[in-house]
Amino acid sequence: MPGEMAHHPQQRQFNPYSENGGTILAIAGRDFAVIAGDTRQTEGYSIQTRYAPKVFTLTDKAVLAVNGFAADGNMFVKKVKQRLEWYRHAHAKDMPLRAIARLIQTMLYAQRFFPYYVYNILGGIEDDGTGAVYSFDPVGSYEREACRAAGAASSLVQPFLDNQIYFKNQKAAPGSAHPTHLPLSTVIALVTDSFTSATERHIEVGDGLEMYIVLASGSSGQGLEGVKGLRELSTKGEAERVFVIRRDLKKD
Amino acid sequence: MFRNTYDSDNTVFSPQGRLHQVEYALEAVKQGSAAVGLRSKTHSILLALKRSTGELASYQQKMFRIDDHIGIAIAGLTSDARVLSNFMRQQAMGERMLFNRPMPVNRIVSAIAEKAQVNTQEYGRRPYGVGFLVIGQDQSGPHLYEFSPSGISYEYYAMSIGARSQSAKTYLEKHYESFMDSNLEDLIRHGLHALRETLQQDKELTINNTSIGIVGPAGEHEKGVSAEGSFRILEGEKVDPYLKMMIPKETNEGAGRTAAAADPAPGDEDVQMAE
Repeated sequence: MPGEMAHHPQQRQFNPYSENGGTILAIAGRDFAVIAGDTRQTEGYSIQTRYAPKVFTLTDKAVLAVNGFAADGNMFVKKVKQRLEWYRHAHAKDMPLRAIARLIQTMLYAQRFFPYYVYNILGGIEDDGTGAVYSFDPVGSYEREACRAAGAASSLVQPFLDNQIYFKNQKAAPGSAHPTHLPLSTVIALVTDSFTSATERHIEVGDGLEMYIVLASGSSGQGLEGVKGLRELSTKGEAERVFVIRRDLKKD
Repeated sequence: MFRNTYDSDNTVFSPQGRLHQVEYALEAVKQGSAAVGLRSKTHSILLALKRSTGELASYQQKMFRIDDHIGIAIAGLTSDARVLSNFMRQQAMGERMLFNRPMPVNRIVSAIAEKAQVNTQEYGRRPYGVGFLVIGQDQSGPHLYEFSPSGISYEYYAMSIGARSQSAKTYLEKHYESFMDSNLEDLIRHGLHALRETLQQDKELTINNTSIGIVGPAGEHEKGVSAEGSFRILEGEKVDPYLKMMIPKETNEGAGRTAAAADPAPGDEDVQMAE
């Protein structure tokens, strides 16, 4: 038929990766860390499930959020947990947070030529009792930061955090300075607002929100009283405490 | 009579139908210091006597954690124990990865028994020189198993291995009927009494030479035990409340606490392989 386009050479190949949507976020406080992720898993325009966790506890001080290709993310978490178990066998104690971060780099780079299609964010309490967030690219480049968003809506959330946590493009009132650390209640509110807003404007974000909060030993836990849907994961007797908050997000 | 001519090769039977190499491997286990295991309806425990080469030295570790729900006590060649316990750890982790559930205790014991048997039938390989007492809990409750380098394993209500373990077995045989319904503290007390039977003259159980391994719900003196009752090892000060619970022996023991370890008699060591 006249008007047909010229056919280019075609080749079909198995694509080992797929994108499962979702967004993750972590913020470090003075003596706490918050690590959150939505629970929606998508492929294209379809929802695979409304509840697929993306945030996992590694130790009672470390939480890992994984986002990108879900199969790689889930497997990667399992492998990290196995390495932490070997460490425990060898040293009779948990791996410190910055060591876990370095371990994650080496595990990711080991697959440099067939990468884990995963953006990792590790959050928790460092040896010295401070809150910490480490973010990674799929081949292991990493850095410690105060906050990081990754995933489908990272371009919506990260600029918001830059303004609200680092106070970028914003001048402090004359005679005062921006606070260096924010209290837990403020951070929880920022995380919740980030996700509700991302849900509004990004189709791959929604359904549910899971927020993990890691408190350093000696932290007061102020800001957690009366919070709805709060559940403690740590068993009594541990110095650090881990909590989860589950919230609903819009399902459309 | 023909022992010497039939004992160098693993793959040669003696006229009496024995494999002497395997029997010699069992001797290595008998040379190790004692370990005792016993269980109740709710708990399985291990007690071990740690040896030290002298006053300046540390005490040899006798217990290893394999997984949250499995632990072992060893007697014999410590280096062989490390290799086998590493294998058990791999098995336990692999089982969790593949089947999303903790490894049943009987399966992990069968796995090392199978591995040990291979070394009793292949030419050029020597049997493992270490025996284990394995405790664990799974769907069917708490368990205690003995593993020996001959490749056989049995489940027990109570058992002991290592030097002078027969004395501990005698105590256990006398009292085992009361173990099933014991609480954790009484069970440990029985275990310590049994372990005490294996001591040489003038020696006693101290916080330095005694290890206790427990799987099951937390006891009165314990803090920070997980809800599932994960395997934990008590050493040092943590052992003290249990040592104090022991009933003193009626026979006259040396007055005063002689905790100093005298030089062990020759042939009385947990054999250490040179690095």
